[in-house]
Amino acid sequence: MDFNVTLFVQYLIIGIASGGLIALIALGYTLVYGIVELINFAHGEVFMMGAFLAVTLVAATGVTDASPWTAIVAAALLGFVGATLFGAVLNWGVDRVAYRRLRNAPRLAPLIAAIGVSFILQGIGIYWKGSQSIAPPRLIANEYRTYNVLTEWFGLDTRIRLRPLDLAVLGLTIPLLIGLTWFVYRTRTGKAMRATAQDRDAAALMGIDINRSISIAFLLGGALAGAAGMIALYYNNSANFQMGFRYGLFAFTAAVLGGIGNLAGAVIGGLSIGIVWQLSDGFIKQYVSGWGAQWTPSMIFGVLVIVMIFKPSGLLGEHSVDKV
Amino acid sequence: MALRPRARGRATGQDDEGGMTRRQAGRLLLIVAAVAVYPVIDARFGFGFIGDLLGIFVFVILAMGLNIVVGYAGLLDLGYAAFFAIGAYTIGLLTSPFSVFVQKDYVPEWLQHFWPAMAVSWAVAALFGVLLGAPTLRLRGDYLAIVTLGFGEIVPNFFINADGITEGTKGLNLIAKPPTIPLPWGEDLTFGGADQRNWYWLMLVVGLFTLFLIRRLHGSRLGRSWQAIREDEIAAASMGINLVRTKLWAFGLGASFSGFAGSIYSAAFQYVHPDQFKFSVSITVLAMVILGGLGNIYGVIVGAVLIGGFDRILTKELTGPVQWIGRQIGSPWLSEHSVADDTFVVFGAALVLTMLLRPGGLIPNARRRAEMKPEDDDIRVAEDQTLFDVRRDGEPALGEQA
Repeated sequence: MDFNVTLFVQYLIIGIASGGLIALIALGYTLVYGIVELINFAHGEVFMMGAFLAVTLVAATGVTDASPWTAIVAAALLGFVGATLFGAVLNWGVDRVAYRRLRNAPRLAPLIAAIGVSFILQGIGIYWKGSQSIAPPRLIANEYRTYNVLTEWFGLDTRIRLRPLDLAVLGLTIPLLIGLTWFVYRTRTGKAMRATAQDRDAAALMGIDINRSISIAFLLGGALAGAAGMIALYYNNSANFQMGFRYGLFAFTAAVLGGIGNLAGAVIGGLSIGIVWQLSDGFIKQYVSGWGAQWTPSMIFGVLVIVMIFKPSGLLGEHSVDKV
Repeated sequence: MALRPRARGRATGQDDEGGMTRRQAGRLLLIVAAVAVYPVIDARFGFGFIGDLLGIFVFVILAMGLNIVVGYAGLLDLGYAAFFAIGAYTIGLLTSPFSVFVQKDYVPEWLQHFWPAMAVSWAVAALFGVLLGAPTLRLRGDYLAIVTLGFGEIVPNFFINADGITEGTKGLNLIAKPPTIPLPWGEDLTFGGADQRNWYWLMLVVGLFTLFLIRRLHGSRLGRSWQAIREDEIAAASMGINLVRTKLWAFGLGASFSGFAGSIYSAAFQYVHPDQFKFSVSITVLAMVILGGLGNIYGVIVGAVLIGGFDRILTKELTGPVQWIGRQIGSPWLSEHSVADDTFVVFGAALVLTMLLRPGGLIPNARRRAEMKPEDDDIRVAEDQTLFDVRRDGEPALGEQA
């Protein structure tokens, strides 16, 4: 089959949109890792819980795509803000209950606890919404799911489809990323966080409340994950208790690829992983025959393994050496 | 850098280091005898747990194998199910009539039988353990965990997608069974679908053999090297231990027991399917090792029996009573609740609570316990650095006074 440019660009765009989502989750990994050097395995599950809460909240309003647009916007906003706050509080609570007491334990102890928390949250997900995928209440009329922005708005004669949803994902993701960067690099609290990440003891000696800095990292990471949960819910039009595992690992890979602990790296890593994901799911598939078609996990984890082995500091990470 | 602390805990009688006292040997013998007699009791009272116990035996073998990697050598492996899958698929591809290799006559006739194929599965899993372990040797604790997790996801994904070889999601069945063993008193020991009791005894023998091997390994020069690198890589290396070789042995031998378990599992249940080797299996086995007691083989067996017992037996047996209670108290949620839905919460809680309350596990290894719960902060800092830390140039460690 010939190389299909239209299709390639199409999946590139979808890849960038889902990459933005992954970047949001990856930022949570990177923030937490940067400050406490813990791979917060439960982070993906916080994202999943955010999506579940958004379903609950939006359904509780009773708004549908037939409601007036103000009601629709209000319901969506409620879901978004609710999921964000919930993610923040949940992530902070997990830290308080499970990780804080292990702060001084060997590094594998909080990692194992994090795996445990991830399992517990998946179990709670099953209690909450069952083990089947659920669809969110429909807020946008069905026609908008196939609506082509480029043709309808710009009058371009192209088969590259850009849906309002793709635009919305980017429109929500980019401000969140900018806001976070501003917070970490421009505010006093952000400065305290960076100091804590650099040297916890020295920061404490300078009068920085270490536990507060760490809690804020968990709060921020959780908020981004919760927001991403709401976005993913409507982007995929479904949610299930395992979505956190898949997205979480992809996002972790993105964080590692970009250089864990580095905010810009997480975004670049997220976009790259999103593109690899969508090209593998949609585009490369067209050219592979005779074999199964779900190679995406292998591709992404292949990237993870290769980065870990050959350049553990990632694309933008600082140079690190083995201690002698 | 602070001086390396010595683990203060003295090896207790429960520890699997060194030999056994006569009393311990007697106790072990008693337990083994009770387990060996159980099928008779089961048949007499019609409990029907034998099939579930087969699954638990496999879990015990898996947990003992993972204990080599995580407990003895201190390398956190989150993709252990990959080797289980490799073992299961090796015997499947060698002996199932649906395997491409068998159909194309690539497999010699003598290999298409249970025992030789099981030996090959053992070796192939060990080989993959070394192959997948080799690139990770330079990584520190948590990165190593993630890379093994990556491999653990890639391997089943390969088996699903390589459907030209593995039949993909259809799976493989009709895997070779052990040949019938004629007994001296004229009966035959057969391994058909209905003869689960014989499988039970076979697995008991295999499990005891594994236990014996791993106990011997633990006390051997290699076993002591594993503990040395777990406690302090640098000190171990400067005492002349070859880190690369020692770690590769841990990966290889740990994986080999998983392959072993995989081949028996697939032969006993006559089915191999990629879904049997998901991430949750790796975590279930890890939960057994952690709950039971990292590095203590008897603790690990107890952990495997507890977690495996919940997974295989309690999820089924408890559902009825729980739903009955739900109906009595008029709770619609509880009266339709399936205990199988609780596995995630139970296994997760096992991991978290063990880490928070009893980091050494239910039956801790004395040396390991001293490591997981340092007596004071200096020891903790030293442990952290030497075990897992890699830092940027010239930057002081967390907790270290610059």
